[in-house]
Amino acid sequence: MTYAFNFDVIWANAGNLLGGLALGLALAILAIAIGAAIGLVAAFAAIDGSRTLRSCAAAYVTFVRNTPLLVIVLVAYFALPELGVRMGKIESFVASLSLYAGAYLTEVFRASLTGIPSGLTDAGHSIGLTRFQVARLIRFPIMLRNALPALGSTFISLFKDSSLAAAIAVPELTFQARRINVDTFRVVEAWMAASLLYVSTSLLIAAGLRRFERRFPKF
Amino acid sequence: MERFFIELSNMRLQLAEGLITTVEVSIAAIITGTALGLFVGVGLAFGTRPVRWPLRAYVDVVRGTPVLVLILAAFYILAAFGIHFTATGSGVFALSLFCGAHLGEIFRGALEAIPLTQIEAGKSMGLKMRQILLLVLLPQALRQALPVWINTAVEIVKASTLLSIIGVGELLLKTQEIIGRTFLTLDFYIFAGLIYFLINFSIEQVGRIAERRLAGH
Repeated sequence: MTYAFNFDVIWANAGNLLGGLALGLALAILAIAIGAAIGLVAAFAAIDGSRTLRSCAAAYVTFVRNTPLLVIVLVAYFALPELGVRMGKIESFVASLSLYAGAYLTEVFRASLTGIPSGLTDAGHSIGLTRFQVARLIRFPIMLRNALPALGSTFISLFKDSSLAAAIAVPELTFQARRINVDTFRVVEAWMAASLLYVSTSLLIAAGLRRFERRFPKF
Repeated sequence: MERFFIELSNMRLQLAEGLITTVEVSIAAIITGTALGLFVGVGLAFGTRPVRWPLRAYVDVVRGTPVLVLILAAFYILAAFGIHFTATGSGVFALSLFCGAHLGEIFRGALEAIPLTQIEAGKSMGLKMRQILLLVLLPQALRQALPVWINTAVEIVKASTLLSIIGVGELLLKTQEIIGRTFLTLDFYIFAGLIYFLINFSIEQVGRIAERRLAGH
């Protein structure tokens, strides 16, 4: 078993790998932003909504969480055009990942909303705030603070899930690593570089989020 | 729609074959991953520093790397080193590594949650550390980790779809082959999605029941 390491290929392709990493991060950032908007609406619907709204939110969460992301990605890119919905690779992937993120974030926000002590909302009502004001001024900010750690770990998961974009030939990090692998046969180097970039970026994000969390007092 | 049902009945054997592969691959990965996870969990919770350090590195690297990268890396690297696994073999290998790292962390947490006084009590009864582990700690830790363990099974079934990318003939790849022949893209993808949903939904319900039972005690 002799394998001579040669990292020249990695340095020569460093630009592509880093570009792929940046694209993966951008996909994850878009997905968590759109997913958080979906999750916010669905979580309030799941708690305050009518019976119909509540079951819609529950069906969305159950359905998406139990379907593989790759199936969602392939349906969005290859099957939706049959229904006249045509999107580019990146748009369709962002849509898929956002839908996926939305289901997980609904659960996160719902748990955070349920955890708010009723004394706080009662106090809001007793000083004459409307229901909408209580939701906007009291429940929303507390929910957001309580959800911060879970939002952070969801973001890291989404960043790793952005690797699935390689399946529809979006040139993110996994796609670039596979291209180096297939073009040059520097097999070990290519995957070591990809893994190292994913792991170190995840660790950096996690450390950054911990510092960010500490700046806000907990409820 | 009528054409879909005709094609579905024509292709039923291929789909069944794919479904069986999906189930087999998932079960193999869960069993191997659980064995690996137990070993890692015990090592992380009670090992000495030279044991803990490499286990920690394994868990952190695998958990920080996307499953797809693990699968592609296993597929290409094993072959480059002259280890001739089939695509299915490398796929199961990668999924087991993934499963083992996640469960290792979960079992570590469950083991560390058990009060130290129980170890002391075991020692004072004259049990050896191995006996304390097998008779006192592991039964409790496994019980506590059961709902999360069942959730991991859902993750593994979902991750098994990624094996289609390295050419393992599981349900998603079979679906893609059928789509290539029939051009019924939407119908067959939705059909595959529904099967995955049904498998995972059933596993999730079992997890719910387990959780309720445990909470009841």
